[in-house]
Amino acid sequence: MIEIILTKYNYWIYIVLMMTGFYAVMAKENLIKKVIGLNIFQTAVFLFYISLSKVDGGTAPILINGPVVYDNPLPQVLILTAIVVSVSVTAVALAIILLIYKAYGTIEEDQILEMNKHND
Amino acid sequence: MSKQSMQRISHDPGSDITTQKHVIRRTVAKILIPFIQLFGLYVIAHGELGPGGGFQGGVILGASVIVYILVFGLDEGRKRVTEKTSDLLVSSGALIYGGIGILCLLAGGNYLQYNVLLPDPKLASHLGILGVEIGIGITVAAVMITLFCETVRRDDDD
Amino acid sequence: MIDIAIPLFLVACGIAVILMKDLLSSIMVFTVYSLVMAIEWVRLNAVDVAITEAAVGAGITTVLFLVVLSRTRSEESSGSKSNWPALAVTMAVTGVLIYGTFDMPRLMDPANAPNVHLVPYFLDYTYKDTGVINVVTAILASYRGYDTLGEVVVVSTAGLCTVLLLRQAGKDRGKGAEPRA
Repeated sequence: MIEIILTKYNYWIYIVLMMTGFYAVMAKENLIKKVIGLNIFQTAVFLFYISLSKVDGGTAPILINGPVVYDNPLPQVLILTAIVVSVSVTAVALAIILLIYKAYGTIEEDQILEMNKHND
Repeated sequence: MSKQSMQRISHDPGSDITTQKHVIRRTVAKILIPFIQLFGLYVIAHGELGPGGGFQGGVILGASVIVYILVFGLDEGRKRVTEKTSDLLVSSGALIYGGIGILCLLAGGNYLQYNVLLPDPKLASHLGILGVEIGIGITVAAVMITLFCETVRRDDDD
Repeated sequence: MIDIAIPLFLVACGIAVILMKDLLSSIMVFTVYSLVMAIEWVRLNAVDVAITEAAVGAGITTVLFLVVLSRTRSEESSGSKSNWPALAVTMAVTGVLIYGTFDMPRLMDPANAPNVHLVPYFLDYTYKDTGVINVVTAILASYRGYDTLGEVVVVSTAGLCTVLLLRQAGKDRGKGAEPRA
């Protein structure tokens, strides 16, 4: 039992971080808080991936002379693209929040749903 | 421009440096912005020798123009980087990337196969990767400037 | 010691961002979270990812959040009631994921499945094929060049979407457009 915890605690910390962001997206009512929660979720997933790429005694994957153990560069390439996608999603989400504010006057989700109910 | 912003410009207290507001901000920005841009270009160009690359350098270049807009105002900033310029730069970076691919097609290889561009395959690969990084950097810098300028508040805002 | 301190600090920052009511403070804690995440990338030897996270997360994302906060002028988040279905779903997904980690390989093992398939080829042949010594850049721009072309198109699409959403609205502002409802 103790040895299971000792070998897997890294994954569990990253899962707790992911679920923190996940809860923020679902349960918070302010739209900006939801976008912050989405960002936390995304960066926790990146942490999970890149922790798989580290090798015992490895160094950064920039080639130098001599017999050296390198880290795995492939997950880093994937996560670079994923960071770019994450900032694009954040930017478009914030632009939509601005339009929602202009149309409804508020960015709290329950007030927006109230106004929609009256309009329909 | 609305009537209020016209009045605000005409009441500007002149171009004398000692009577302008925010002297410290302007002076520090004028000194720092060229170095930020130089660092951004360094990060783009040294992407193959160390950490860095097109995307990181493009963000730094975009951040330098954002600092300029923050210190000197949106109208001043839009005079330097007009809407037309930033729109064109957004698409021309992607076009440079695709264009290098088509150049490789015309030189006889597959799409984005850099080592057929020149007789020396290693040098051709170097140049291909550098050109692609420059294209990525241009697009990302222009997109960062566009994102900031479209979302920021103007003077006659609600 | 620091290898466990940094992730725990990140968890604390994440929980603090959720629990805070003032939006400006949440955004500042998120910036600190982003910066400490960049330090964690350096600890994990992912230097390209570290410089990207520092520039993008602690730079551009914070600026965009602050700009939108200044325009929506909503300083305090409303007192939110605990959302029991959301908490239950979160706990269920946590349980499923932790159950999944019992099959995961040991961390930092050189014989892991991600480390043995293509990576020895990349590490041996990158300098011979491309002449570039940063393996991440070589894979990004040369071996997997199509994916990076897609990434550039995604970034320009984000700029295009923002222009389409906000530019006409910005020009119409002087004509007295009023919020509906």
